[in-house]
Amino acid sequence: MGYKKTSKKYNGTIKKVSLGTGDKAFEVGGRNAMPFYKFDGDIGEKPKVGIEIMDEAPATWSQAFAELYKEAGDDTAAWAKLVEEKYAPDFICLRFEGADPNGKNKSTDECVEIAKKVAEAITVPLVVAGSKNDEKDAELFQKVSEGLEGKNILLLSAKEENYKTVGAAGALAYNQKVGAESSVDINLAKQLNILMGQLGVKKESTIMDVGCAAAGYGYEYVSSTMDRILLASLGQNDETLQMPIITPVAFDVWAVKEAVASEEDEPTWGDVTERGIHMEVSTATACLVSGSDMVIVRHPKSLETVKNFINALA
Amino acid sequence: MGLTGLEIFKLTPRTNCKECGFPTCMAFSMKVASGAVEIEKCPYISDEAKEKLSDATAPPMKTFVIGKGEAERKIGGETVLYRHEKTLVNKPVVAIGFDDTMDDAVVDGKIANIKKVDYERIGEQMNAEAVLVKCVENKEAFLALIDKLSPLNKVVLIQTKDADIAKEALEKVKDTNPVLLGANKDNIDGFVELAKAYKIALGLEADTLENLYDLVQVAEKAGHKELILNTTGKNAGEAFESTVEVRRAAITGGDRTFGYPSIVMVNEIAGGDAYMETALASAFVLRYGSIIVLSDLEYSKALPLFGLRQNIYTDPQKPMRVEPKVYNFGSPKEDSPVLLTVDFALTYFVVSGEIDRSKAPAYLLIPDAGGYSVLTSWAAGKLGGSVIRNAVKESGLEEKLTKKRLVLPGKVAVLKGDVEEELPGWEIIVGPDEAMQIPKFLKELA
Repeated sequence: MGYKKTSKKYNGTIKKVSLGTGDKAFEVGGRNAMPFYKFDGDIGEKPKVGIEIMDEAPATWSQAFAELYKEAGDDTAAWAKLVEEKYAPDFICLRFEGADPNGKNKSTDECVEIAKKVAEAITVPLVVAGSKNDEKDAELFQKVSEGLEGKNILLLSAKEENYKTVGAAGALAYNQKVGAESSVDINLAKQLNILMGQLGVKKESTIMDVGCAAAGYGYEYVSSTMDRILLASLGQNDETLQMPIITPVAFDVWAVKEAVASEEDEPTWGDVTERGIHMEVSTATACLVSGSDMVIVRHPKSLETVKNFINALA
Repeated sequence: MGLTGLEIFKLTPRTNCKECGFPTCMAFSMKVASGAVEIEKCPYISDEAKEKLSDATAPPMKTFVIGKGEAERKIGGETVLYRHEKTLVNKPVVAIGFDDTMDDAVVDGKIANIKKVDYERIGEQMNAEAVLVKCVENKEAFLALIDKLSPLNKVVLIQTKDADIAKEALEKVKDTNPVLLGANKDNIDGFVELAKAYKIALGLEADTLENLYDLVQVAEKAGHKELILNTTGKNAGEAFESTVEVRRAAITGGDRTFGYPSIVMVNEIAGGDAYMETALASAFVLRYGSIIVLSDLEYSKALPLFGLRQNIYTDPQKPMRVEPKVYNFGSPKEDSPVLLTVDFALTYFVVSGEIDRSKAPAYLLIPDAGGYSVLTSWAAGKLGGSVIRNAVKESGLEEKLTKKRLVLPGKVAVLKGDVEEELPGWEIIVGPDEAMQIPKFLKELA
């Protein structure tokens, strides 16, 4: 008896969402097969990889990054431009570390000015991430949406606590894209998508951030959440889950021990930056295989590797 | 795959004798079908029926052992494609690849790395479990390489296309339950004979999945059923497709011909790029590699890979736990604060990461709290005043400390009064609600 392929067809398709404007604009989503299962069906748009930059280098910023970006100095826009020209990411994620009320507590107006300058300095799509303070972020995203109207940016992210403000301002008033952030649970993801839908935010304007964890740090929840989301959206045609997924891998990876412990503290482990890159590559590729359509990394070497990985499999 | 109750019923004597403990043969059959009762409970079942049933209920994918003694590993035996369906059972084996073209310095370097990367993570010892030794051109160098690698005491995977060379190699490691790789359509007869003679697993390879499928049938027909399928192909894309298809054919397709573990030579398809090896190996941890071959193992590669593997192969219904004890951060002294959290691994990782980040010396005390998160363990009565008191008493911290400060997780601030009563002489401090506020908190505390 000869071999018969066991290909699997699904009823559902992930919606496409577009980001950015001009030549470098792109779409994500569109798959009706599991990630990279092109032998089953249409895997949609190739996943996109972006680099994270910040309005200011954080206190825990390693020497390796300071070295990479030293010619940009303290100018966030120059930093963004350098990243685009030198490393060619699909998009840039600008994170407002300095907006945190427990930190520098920069005013939203100051942040909007930075976001505008960054948007002008680059041609790739822009993702804007907040300070993780829900109230501050609501205000920040509202003003950034207004200030960058017409740029088709992605706001990262609206959460259950602030989705009304972020969704209404971002998607409805200024026609930007909105990330819907839930924490590693299919039901929470679904619930937030439904709430955003009831608010009037279209699926075509929503990208899910269903949560992340670095490899070894409870990544099984991430993997199983994404497996279940994809099987529900593709297999059961659950329209409330048919949005592409973005995963800010860098936010988690560069905080775990493997990526930050100094060589004095862990003498056998070797170079700290190397460890961070491998951790980032492993987590990002695991996310892509699990179902992310976009991943955010911090190190240019991770970007290069993850892009090669995507090109090899997609 | 599994038979239905009705199909099993047809195999029973249908006399309703009740000797099995069930009122009717049908009731018994339903229980057998659900796996709750063994068919042997029926005293009158025929051998023929038993065999039919055991075939039908055998797992879709073979499980067998490779290596011996401490190096022994089980591979195969998976029953699902996604871990939320049912726990994945046998972790992919990580092998480090060697061949006879490598010069001594390279070989010695890799051996040193294999020895060096050996550490414990949440109760599990992490290291490379196997070495793959490939014969490329020089038989003598190949055989010498096997001798050199034997003292590592790992599972030895022998790869060659030549049955005579294979025999000489196997002779050297025959007591270690090695694996023979390299059987193809041209050498299959001799290779099956060798694998049968040494009672070891045999790895098959072919240029297409169709040909691999045919080759499995040839091997099975010749009487060997401990097989490993080389799903590597020419590049990463082929490897991904083949590895997924083989696993799926067995598990959802119920096709036992592909019901065997796979081996993916990540070292060959990563193009010599260490980062790419990490990328591909991570993908194959998630998507069905049973043996993953790497070119070398450094900590930078091992830390994420073994961590990922440990995550994916946990029971989805049972959270990972860390050992209840005192963990030290930044050489704490007799006046350093004692932070308290629970033994749920995820909580531990987040909290310990933040304490690390703060660079403040501190103790982290973890009681046995049932492996739940802070709020859940509190709600379940696993984290309360007496549990915390006992943990503190058993930790020996009281004798060590001149300044006794215990920091409770902010989420269980309600416990403060209880703990104060249980631990006279201690200052009980309510810490932050979220781990990310720990560095700021510790800075202000000091």
